[in-house]
Amino acid sequence: MKAAVITFPGSNCDDDLVYALEKSGFEVDRLWHKNQPSLSEYFLIGIPGGFSFGDYLRCGAVASRSPILEAVKSYADEGGLVIGICNGFQILCESGLLPGALVRNDHTRFICRDVPVRVKNADRPWTSRLKPNQVLSLPIAHGEGRYVIDEKGYETLKSNDQILLEYCDNEGKTSTKSNPNGSAYDIAGICNANGNVFGLMPHPERATDLRSEAGRGIWESVLSSLNTRSAQ
Amino acid sequence: MKARVTIFYKDSVFDPQGNTIAGSLKRMGFGSVDDVRIGKVIDITLNQTDKKQAELDLTKMCDDLLANPVIESYQFEIQ
Repeated sequence: MKAAVITFPGSNCDDDLVYALEKSGFEVDRLWHKNQPSLSEYFLIGIPGGFSFGDYLRCGAVASRSPILEAVKSYADEGGLVIGICNGFQILCESGLLPGALVRNDHTRFICRDVPVRVKNADRPWTSRLKPNQVLSLPIAHGEGRYVIDEKGYETLKSNDQILLEYCDNEGKTSTKSNPNGSAYDIAGICNANGNVFGLMPHPERATDLRSEAGRGIWESVLSSLNTRSAQ
Repeated sequence: MKARVTIFYKDSVFDPQGNTIAGSLKRMGFGSVDDVRIGKVIDITLNQTDKKQAELDLTKMCDDLLANPVIESYQFEIQ
């Protein structure tokens, strides 16, 4: 099954994402942001973490106006699976593919550590092999990961079951203390209304083997959903 | 023609940098400080003589790239 990972100037998690996808069984092509390729041959598009375009103006703002994002938007409109991790999540929000925005952490510090997140919704392609309320310990590494959304937007996310991951403590309970960056409603990862576009601040691609395998459930979920799709 | 665009977080979005600076100013003895908000200033030189067209262009630039309407508000002045 073919996947593509897009690299922008300043991406730095593209190698990790390619590695995690290959390890999970995908055949991966790397795409440069200036290309305008046909994406129809791919089953998954990955937008990696990093500091695309130096985070100038706003995180993800410049990358989201790259030519390749137009192709990604059409691909997503047709139901193709798109995952954006960390800076990739910021790019997806800036491009309008996901609601809300990501801004500076409430305590202003860059954080780089493993945090527990709980699976809020396990009915989406990204979480289908996980269990509701399952706690995963995933690495985060960001200075601007505070998810912001207004109340009306939050109600929409909630009623459509678009919240997939929430920051929590080791027991799976949410509190101000377990929220590492001040994200609204403890949100760590969301999908669009159709469920085919997923953005998250934690890095499942950095937890695929060796020190942690906590991120593998997400890749196994995607593969299993794609296999179900192609069988239909 | 030159234009200056000013962008700030909306009042509803917490500004941690502004908050930190406000705390610092207070600790330095500036007791009158109530709140600090930090924004961005972008100066743009335009190859344009029609002010109306410049206003239209700048509005589109702000809406399409310079400001994120989810979290920010902007204003500009043409000098």
